[in-house]
Amino acid sequence: MRIPILQLDRILLVSIQVDLTDNDAMQFQSDLVERVAAIEALGVAIDITALDVVDSYMARVINDTANMVRLLGAEVVICGIQPFVALTLIEMGRGLLGADCAFNLGQALEMLKGRIAKRGDTRFVGDEDV
Amino acid sequence: MSEPLDPECLPIRSTLDVVTARHAARELCERLGFGKADQTRLATAVSELARNVIQYAGEGRCLIEDGSDDRQRCIRVRIEDQGPGIRDLQQALTDGYSTSGGLGAGLPGTRRLVDEFQIESAPGSTRVTIALIKRR
Ligand SMILES: Nc1ncnc2c1ncn2[C@@H]1O[C@H](COP(=O)(O)OP(=O)(O)OP(=O)(O)O)[C@@H](O)[C@H]1O
Ligand SMILES: [Mg+2]
Repeated sequence: MRIPILQLDRILLVSIQVDLTDNDAMQFQSDLVERVAAIEALGVAIDITALDVVDSYMARVINDTANMVRLLGAEVVICGIQPFVALTLIEMGRGLLGADCAFNLGQALEMLKGRIAKRGDTRFVGDEDV
Repeated sequence: MSEPLDPECLPIRSTLDVVTARHAARELCERLGFGKADQTRLATAVSELARNVIQYAGEGRCLIEDGSDDRQRCIRVRIEDQGPGIRDLQQALTDGYSTSGGLGAGLPGTRRLVDEFQIESAPGSTRVTIALIKRR
């Protein structure tokens, strides 16, 4: 099971649509990190709307992935976390999920664009003079 | 009132079985009339415990049963293995304690998610029983 990674200019969009096994999750992590490096992505949005369970393992995979992406030099936003998943994660332990979050992909994209612009990196809008 | 259902016994041998077990737990939870929050709590708890089985014992099994009576709705899950056991239970139940470089959130987190939590462990046997309970 491989998760498709969509590219929009230099932003990558990933929507996790199935309940991942641990192996799928690791595959997803390495696929994404590779793509980020390959295209020197400026931002990554990870949509987890379809995940109805995020246990401590999955939380770690998401956090690690986000940190790896940041280390490479890209911004990252997680979006679409289900209300009951959020509830469960907080009940299990504060701070299990440490990445920045947004309600949906649209918002995540706005956040990414804002941050990329703030970094002074305007490549994705194709404007060299700003 | 419907008759309690027979317990369901699922093997836990691979990470795919972890997914199957948490689905089964969620399904029965829903069938017994628990809400979405409880379904998610139980599925997450089962996921944590089943993963521990794979990680520390290699394999084990998961029993899911309807423990309801006229006074309360109850779903009970027992997850057991014949692995090395847990030497210090108190330590294992402490947030952040992990022998595998994990977050150490599995057992203490699971305990907070459920209404009943029991753990017995000795070399050669670990058994965790959890339950969600709702008064009728
Ligand atoms: N079934 C088991 N058999 C043997 N040891 C276990 C078992 N379950 C848990 N343990 C021990 O208890 C410790 C704590 O377990 P817990 O699930 O809380 O954290 P973890 O698995 O280390 O990390 P996380 O679950 O956050 O990824 C484990 O590191 C392990 O040493
Ligand atoms: Mg664990």
